[in-house]
Amino acid sequence: METTRRTFLKAGLLSAALLAAGGGWYRHTHPAPPRGFVLDGEARAALDAIVAAVLSGALPDAPADRARAIAATTARVHQTILGLPLTAQQEVQDLFGLLALGPARRLLTGIPDGWAAAKEADVAAFLQDWRVHRLSLLRTAYAALHDLVLGAWYSEPAHWDAIGYPGPLKELA
Amino acid sequence: MSNQAVIPDPIVAGLARGWKVIDGAREDKDRALDADVVIVGSGAGGGVTAEILALSGLSVIVVEEGALKSSRDFKMREADAYPTLYQESAARKTRDKGINILQGRTVGGSTTVNWTSSFRTPSTTLAFWQQHFGLATYGEAELAPWFALMEARLHIADWAGAPNENNDLLRRGAQKLGIPTGLIRRNVNGCWNLGYCGMGCPTNAKQSMLVTTIPSALDHGATLVTRARAERLVLKGDKVESLDCILLDAGGLHATGRRLRLRARHYVLAGGAINTPALLLRSNAPNPGGRLGKRTFLHPTLVSAALFAQRVDGYAGAPQTVYSDHFLHTQAIDGPLGFKLETPPLHPVLLATTMQGFGPEHAEMMRHFPHLQGMLALLRDGFHPESQGGAVGLNGDGSPVLDYPLNDPVWDGARRALLTMAEIQFAAGASGVQVAHERAPRYASWNEAKAGIAALPFERHLTRVVSAHVMGGCAMGGTDGVTAPDGRYRGLANVSVHDGSLFPTSIGANPQLSIYGITARLASDLAQSLTGRPAARPV
Repeated sequence: METTRRTFLKAGLLSAALLAAGGGWYRHTHPAPPRGFVLDGEARAALDAIVAAVLSGALPDAPADRARAIAATTARVHQTILGLPLTAQQEVQDLFGLLALGPARRLLTGIPDGWAAAKEADVAAFLQDWRVHRLSLLRTAYAALHDLVLGAWYSEPAHWDAIGYPGPLKELA
Repeated sequence: MSNQAVIPDPIVAGLARGWKVIDGAREDKDRALDADVVIVGSGAGGGVTAEILALSGLSVIVVEEGALKSSRDFKMREADAYPTLYQESAARKTRDKGINILQGRTVGGSTTVNWTSSFRTPSTTLAFWQQHFGLATYGEAELAPWFALMEARLHIADWAGAPNENNDLLRRGAQKLGIPTGLIRRNVNGCWNLGYCGMGCPTNAKQSMLVTTIPSALDHGATLVTRARAERLVLKGDKVESLDCILLDAGGLHATGRRLRLRARHYVLAGGAINTPALLLRSNAPNPGGRLGKRTFLHPTLVSAALFAQRVDGYAGAPQTVYSDHFLHTQAIDGPLGFKLETPPLHPVLLATTMQGFGPEHAEMMRHFPHLQGMLALLRDGFHPESQGGAVGLNGDGSPVLDYPLNDPVWDGARRALLTMAEIQFAAGASGVQVAHERAPRYASWNEAKAGIAALPFERHLTRVVSAHVMGGCAMGGTDGVTAPDGRYRGLANVSVHDGSLFPTSIGANPQLSIYGITARLASDLAQSLTGRPAARPV
C-alpha cells in the first residue's frame, strides 16, 4: 500500500493535468444534466466506498445493517448534492466523473481495481492523503466529501441516539 | 401535536388578511409591476427599509430570492433548515474554498437564521471610519438614537436567562485567566430558550425581519415577491429604468423561464455584501473608483472544541450569551488582527462538518457530543493595512463568487486565536481541546496545546475557517466611496445600498444591529427625500 500511495503522491503535476483533462472528458461524454447531478455506475460505487471509510466507527457492525446504512447514506449525499447551486453540482459531477475513470482512480487514489473491490484501509489512506495534499484541488475535494458524508450521516435522526443527542423538543418538531 | 397547534403563525395570519405576496415559483407567465421603491432583499437592511418606507406612505415592492417560510415550517432539523433557509445549502464558499460562509436565503434573510447577538457598532470602529473614510456623520452620538430606535423596535435587551453551560464555560475559563467577558443582548421577545435560532425560530420569539418589519410593511400595502432573483438593473443614462428578475422553482435552484420586470422611482439594494455587488457587476453599473465589490470582509472565524467531564449540551439554550472583546483591545486597531470571542451552538451536522477528520477518530469525537463545548474567535478584518479582505466577482453563469485570499495577517491572528481559545478551555477544566485544523490532534493539556498550535502550519484548507458575517463591497466614503454617507450609489441617481455592503471595514461585532440602526437612518432620509415629508418612525 505504501508503494501505491507514494506513486500517486509523486504524481502531482500529472495529476493536475489529468484532473483537468479527465474532468473535461467526463463533462464531454456526460453533458451537464439540465436538472442537476447524476450519480450512476462506478461513481455510485466510489461514493459507497468513501461513505464506508468516512463513517468507519459510526456504521453498524452487522454486514447487512452496514450495507443498508451505506446505501441510505449515499442516497442522502445524492439528495444533498441535488440541493446545491448548479455550479457546485457541476464541480461535484466532475469529481465523481474522475473517480469513475479507471486511470484517474489509480493515479489519484491508488485504488488498484474497481471501487466495489476497494479495501476500506486503502480508501481511508487516499482520503488522508487528499486531506493534506499539496494540490489544493485534492484538499478541496476531500473537504467536500468530508462535509457531504458526515452531514448526511448526522442529519439523520436515527443516528442521534448513538451520540447522545436527544433531538429538538418533540412538541414543536 | 404539531407546531401549528401550539404557536400562532403571523405569516399564515397575514396571508389570510390579504397581504400582497407573490410566490415567483407559482407564476405561469411573465409579469411587470410598478412601485415608488423596489427593494432587493428582505434581510436586515431590506426589512428595516421596507417598513420605514411603507409607513411613510410609499408603495414598496420587496424582492427575495428565497422562499417565504415561517414558524410552521421551522422544525429545528438541520436536514431541512440548511437547504431551505441558507445560501447554497449553508455551504457557500470563497473562490478557493478556504472559507465556508453561513448566510440566509429566505424571507428575513440572515436575520431569520442568525443567533440573535445584538451589538451596537463599536465606538472604535466608528472612530476609524470617521478618521479614514470621511464619514463625519457616523459618530457614536449621531448614531445612538438610531440604535435606540431599532433596539426598541426589535426588543433588543439584556437576556434575563442564565447562560447555558456552553457559554458559561467561556465566562468561567476567561475569568480564571483574568480575561473580562460580557453578556450578549438579544433581539427576542418571549424566548423559550430552545437553542435552535439557526434553523428558524419555531416560536416566533426571535424578532427577525420575518416577524417584525416585513409583516408591518405588508400590513401597510407593500408587495413581497419571493423566489425571484434580481438578475439585472436596466440602465438608461445615470438612472435605473427597471429591474429584471428571474423567477425560480420551488426548490430555488432552477429558473422557471418566467420573468418579472419591476419599475420604480428608486431602487434600494439590500441583498447582502456578496449579492449586492454581484447585481451591480452583472448590470455593468458604473464602478466608482474601481472599488465595486472590493474590500469585502468576513470576520474570518476560527473554531475550537473542548471535551468536559460534565454535560455541556451545546445544542440547548440561547446559543450566544457570553462574549469577550478583550483581544480586540490588546493591540492597536490597525495592528495585528484582534478578535472577538463567542460560542457557537453545537448541532450534529454543524459540529460534524466543522470539525476535521473522519473514520474512527471522528466517530469517537461525536460520541462525546453532549460533553463538547465550542468556541469561536472572529478576526476583525479591514483595519490592518494588509487586511484588504476579498473581492466579489461573477461565475460564468452570472452567480457571485467571493475571492478572499487568506494572507499572513489573517494567519497570525488565527494562530493567536487558537492559542487563546485552547488556553481558556483548559482553564475552564477541559480534559482535551481540539482546534479546527486538519493537522491538529486532540491536546490533553494547555502545555501540549501551546507547543502543538505554535508548530501547526497555517495554510488554507488545513486551518478550517468559517464566516457568518459578510460586509463591504459598496463601501461608503465621504468623498470617494462606492456609496455616499447617505447610502446613495455614486454614479446612479436613483439607487441606494442598504445592507452590510456599506461598511468600509468589518464591524468587529456581529453586524445585525449595525445594519438595523444605520439603514433605519438611511431609509428615513430616503423617505423624506422621496415624499417631501419627515419619515414615519417604526414603533
